[in-house]
Amino acid sequence: MSFEGVDYFDIDGMLSDEERQVRDMVRRWVDENVMPIIDEHYVEHEFPSQLVPEMAELGFYGANLPQEYGCAGLNNVAYGLIMQELERGDSGIRSFASVQGALVMYPIYEFGSEEQRREWLPKLASGEAIGCFGLTEPDFGSNPGGMRTRARKDGDEWVINGTKMWITNGSMADVAVIWAKTGEGDDPDDIRGFIVETDREGYTGKDQEGKLSLLASDTSEIALQDVRVPEENLLPESDGLVSALKCLTQARYGIAWGACGAAMACYREAVDYAGERTQFDDEPIAGTQLQQTRLAEMLTDITRAQLLAYRLGRLKDEGTMRPQQVSMAKRNNVDMACECAREARRLLGANGILVEYQSMRHMANLESVYTYEGTHDIHGLILGQDITGIPAY
Amino acid sequence: MNIIVCVKRVPDSGTRVRVTGDGRGIDTSGVKYVVNPYDEFAVEEAIQIREERGEGQVTALCLGPDEAEEQLRNALAMGADDAVLLEAEPPMDGLTVARELAAELEDRDFDLLLFGKQAIDDDNMQVPPMVAEILGLPCATVVVDLDVEDGRAVARREVEGGHEMVELELPAVVSTQKGLNEPRYADLKGIMAAKKKPLEKKEVELAEASTELLSMREPEEGTDGEIVGEGAEAAPELARRLHEEAKVL
Repeated sequence: MSFEGVDYFDIDGMLSDEERQVRDMVRRWVDENVMPIIDEHYVEHEFPSQLVPEMAELGFYGANLPQEYGCAGLNNVAYGLIMQELERGDSGIRSFASVQGALVMYPIYEFGSEEQRREWLPKLASGEAIGCFGLTEPDFGSNPGGMRTRARKDGDEWVINGTKMWITNGSMADVAVIWAKTGEGDDPDDIRGFIVETDREGYTGKDQEGKLSLLASDTSEIALQDVRVPEENLLPESDGLVSALKCLTQARYGIAWGACGAAMACYREAVDYAGERTQFDDEPIAGTQLQQTRLAEMLTDITRAQLLAYRLGRLKDEGTMRPQQVSMAKRNNVDMACECAREARRLLGANGILVEYQSMRHMANLESVYTYEGTHDIHGLILGQDITGIPAY
Repeated sequence: MNIIVCVKRVPDSGTRVRVTGDGRGIDTSGVKYVVNPYDEFAVEEAIQIREERGEGQVTALCLGPDEAEEQLRNALAMGADDAVLLEAEPPMDGLTVARELAAELEDRDFDLLLFGKQAIDDDNMQVPPMVAEILGLPCATVVVDLDVEDGRAVARREVEGGHEMVELELPAVVSTQKGLNEPRYADLKGIMAAKKKPLEKKEVELAEASTELLSMREPEEGTDGEIVGEGAEAAPELARRLHEEAKVL
């Protein structure tokens, strides 16, 4: 049976036929291709790479970028719905698509030359090339402007040195968008983006061991030791840390939608389970006040998050979306999804800790999502600065 | 080669359907609609035939309400070239539907007319052979394999306990069964392209139905099963019950 979704406030009624059609297609694809295999991959700590070409064929990568570069050219609401449905399957699948589209294809589209766009975007859209995004470093997470990675000009080449950490797709990537300081001093305005093919000498990516979250996802550490790239690999329009942050805004936008998907999966599982599980005189636990208010909270929170994501999407399509609004939606929606997953897991009792149920997998995944792409706290400070005009970080 | 595929808008198989208070229909509020799953085999087959031959036109045809445009757009997104919507609320009466479709098809030039073997809402299985009969065309139903060559088609049909091969002269009517192919997902580019493909809407007046729906009711709640034991030890008791109570052994 296909996933039913959650739509208490008739958000479907605000979607176009085409947006619904996109959502329904991805939903069905996730039902048929992700749900049957995700448990096994999660337990085995393995990204389901067999899904990469299929997702490409259907057009999931950079789906909101123009058709002339081999992309689907969807609006941002339809793009968001794709992220929602993918994360209903698993945050690792959505993370893969987010990185490929919002953090690799987007910067090449936005800050690249026409030659770079023509060379890379069709390859990344078709899955022929997999990309990753290197901004975060071991000692610089919430403060990326402090990064130590440097690119030094040597004739008509750049020589890059540094270490990047928590890089989704880092080990399997064919190409990395690496952010590095290009000046003599420590000025974040000197940060620029580079396209680095991962087979260049001095580039190594290695899996980060010991994760207890996002197990069906490639998370890696990248070391760059005297990696030489030609001048034409510099993203010519990238200009300071703000360029990298623009990419994050794109990815965070997708996360705001994705979190709704993970929460929807947990809520549906909780409702189904409560209806079937009987205790005390053979009565379903769905008939208890405790579980009913628990489900009511979940449904209300999901609905609120959906409305935020929906409105954010329309603002993005109108071109008036502000990054601070994305911060609010990412912060609220991921926090909401974390709570939903936790409550669903609790409702499921002992069964809730089993991999055959989804809630604990989502719960564990969402702890990463809560932390990456700007932590919950940092987004609070972005909002705080927007409210008061005083930066507190 | 021109292929016309008839598709129907039906409630999603996952939707919980409720009968209205008067017992004459279903409560449509909150019901999600999809392309009839058997019709997806027909659409896929038509597209594959066109792709293999490198030429031809695939037209999707639907008799349904205005909202059935959504299902036609689905067929267009999968790869159909154009679509026609005969706007009317489809009745349960198969003959009424068949007559209306035949009237539209009469003036159209086609080599192959494809249907799903049945619609999953009323499960009548009537319309494809009825349309063939009205148009005087050969017909193969419940087809799981189809080879089309110039002027003829060879179809493998599912019949009780086996398969039957039939040869048909084109133009012909074929109704499709699960197993014929694996319907593709409409990809994102297909969905974008479907918006711009031609879709013609025609309002139609349906003839009076020759059958009348008297009432509908929901299935009775299933009674709980009984577990008579576990493993091999339960076999004698199970055999006794099947013999003495159920009288099937």
